[in-house]
Amino acid sequence: MKTVLDIQNLSISFRTYRGVLEAIHHVSIVVNKGETIGIVGESGCGKSVTAHAVMKLLPKETVIYSPDCKIMWEGTNIVPFTEQEMNALRGQDMSMVFQDPMTALNPVLTIGNQICEGLVLHRRISQQQAKYEAEELLRAVGITAPEKRLRQYPHELSGGMRQRSLIAMALACSPQLLFADEPTTALDVTTEAQVLYLLRSLQQKLGMAIVLISHNLGVIAQMCRRVYVMYAGCVVESGMVEDIFDKPAHPYTKGLLASLPDPEHKDKPLQGISGQAPDLFHLPDGCRFYPRCRQTMQICMRQAPPCYDVGNGHQAACWLLCPERGNDNDIT
Amino acid sequence: MNTHDFEPVDPKCIVPIRIPPQTLRSRGWRQMKQNKLALLGLGIVVIMTIIAIFGPLVTSYTYDDQDFAMANAYPSPLHWFGTDSLGRDLLVRVLYGARISLSIGLAASLINLFIGVIYGGIAGLVGGRVDRIMMHIVDILYSIPMLLYVILLMVVFKPGLLNIYIALGIAYWLNMARIVRGQILSLKKQDYVTAARSYGTSTWHILTRHMIPNCMGPIIVTLTLSIPEAIFTEAFLSFIGLGVSAPMASWGVLTSEGINSMRSFPFQLIFPAAALCITMLGFMFLGDGLRDALDPQNQKEGNR
Repeated sequence: MKTVLDIQNLSISFRTYRGVLEAIHHVSIVVNKGETIGIVGESGCGKSVTAHAVMKLLPKETVIYSPDCKIMWEGTNIVPFTEQEMNALRGQDMSMVFQDPMTALNPVLTIGNQICEGLVLHRRISQQQAKYEAEELLRAVGITAPEKRLRQYPHELSGGMRQRSLIAMALACSPQLLFADEPTTALDVTTEAQVLYLLRSLQQKLGMAIVLISHNLGVIAQMCRRVYVMYAGCVVESGMVEDIFDKPAHPYTKGLLASLPDPEHKDKPLQGISGQAPDLFHLPDGCRFYPRCRQTMQICMRQAPPCYDVGNGHQAACWLLCPERGNDNDIT
Repeated sequence: MNTHDFEPVDPKCIVPIRIPPQTLRSRGWRQMKQNKLALLGLGIVVIMTIIAIFGPLVTSYTYDDQDFAMANAYPSPLHWFGTDSLGRDLLVRVLYGARISLSIGLAASLINLFIGVIYGGIAGLVGGRVDRIMMHIVDILYSIPMLLYVILLMVVFKPGLLNIYIALGIAYWLNMARIVRGQILSLKKQDYVTAARSYGTSTWHILTRHMIPNCMGPIIVTLTLSIPEAIFTEAFLSFIGLGVSAPMASWGVLTSEGINSMRSFPFQLIFPAAALCITMLGFMFLGDGLRDALDPQNQKEGNR
């Protein structure tokens, strides 16, 4: 399968008033043509930063890409790309659907204006032609009376319609890769289902890859082929979606799955993961998860665990999986 | 109520309810209409503009016709506002003054709009060191008393209408630059700006298409409030003899002439001063009203 995007060892830091803060640490992610991968994790674990970093949308004044990182886009490293070179790529080859449809549309421009913008920019077609294509796009994302919506302003549309318009905008130039940054977080469940279904059918039609960022495990299980679990800026576990959900190897993933409410056992109290995600300025030595882990060992407090292969491309960064640990490898 | 009330309706006859679109403009206008003072201001500004444009065309005198036999005449049916010490009709001169004062207000604020928006926009958008240096320059200029600055400029440029436009224009853009920069800085963090970047939009395009239309409200308000400031500064300059030169008459020149004969012919002071005051009040009311109407903070309460 052809690899579209290959992120190698990506570390991103920000200059802040309190000093330099490393938001993501040695993240490696591979996206193949036409597949859907998921990135899950708690708020603030670096999911969105990863996506924004790939599209180079982070504020230039404060962001630092580590010198050894590579973002290979179809074989070319795009980390040293200039803003102009990125502008040619963004929208055309990779695109993004934003989390909040209420704020991601410009309130003073009509929907039509905003969709046509990308079309005119990348495809160099006339306004008239762009208008026609924008109408087709809106129809494709399931908006009724598209010719009327084109002339409307964002505040005249409902949340679901706005998210659909955002998807239409992102898809305007049929990109090869779509980042969906929590595309359904701001929507109610019925609209959520519609939007996810829409994403999937459009993916089949256009053959693009989707990177779905979410903290909703149900959505991830439904949509993705492979999953990356992130914690405090690191990928702690990755693998095929069935493996992650059926036999999670990292205690954090287990904790996430255990904290899902179970409608069949209402009397069972909800289980969370105790403690809080660490402050990135005061990271624990060793494994970043040990203060919250139930199976902490001596080594966890000293040294960060490497990635261990559990089979079938399923990897997890945890000392419990270390072969030298002995044979009580029972995963509970 | 009768049996007819409960008959089914043919679906084809049901007309969908049309909700008129609410743009910022229409919403702002609705707010304006409720503000009596702002409407009064708008009325004054419109009337003054009409008078300034057409007033001098309908009178039989011109602003420099002298009639020594009628010098210092009190208001009468012949000369509604009386005449000055050279026998020139005061009404015509006040009307001409309106032309000059309003055109100065308009031209000066357009120049400051142009410089201020571009300067502030670039500072805010580029950010970082460029922003710091550009804003420090503004801070330094701010620390010089504006009036002193304008007076010095006028001394260098020599008094004249065009030079007043330029002096006022290049002196008063500081406020506009600050306001636009502040707006741009806060807009930069908005999702739709990041979204626009994610579609590959260029920086210039983002500034002109996405950001400036979004700070139109504060820009218009600052513009409206800077017009009376420019008019007032021109009046002051003319008053101290650095404004437009005789025989042209701005309101400042007329007031300054009227002061000389304040005791014996008070009307020569009162009419131009009143015209100046009324216009200033009109612009102030309008500016305040616009601020209330276009302020997004004000709009949140039950106005969606």
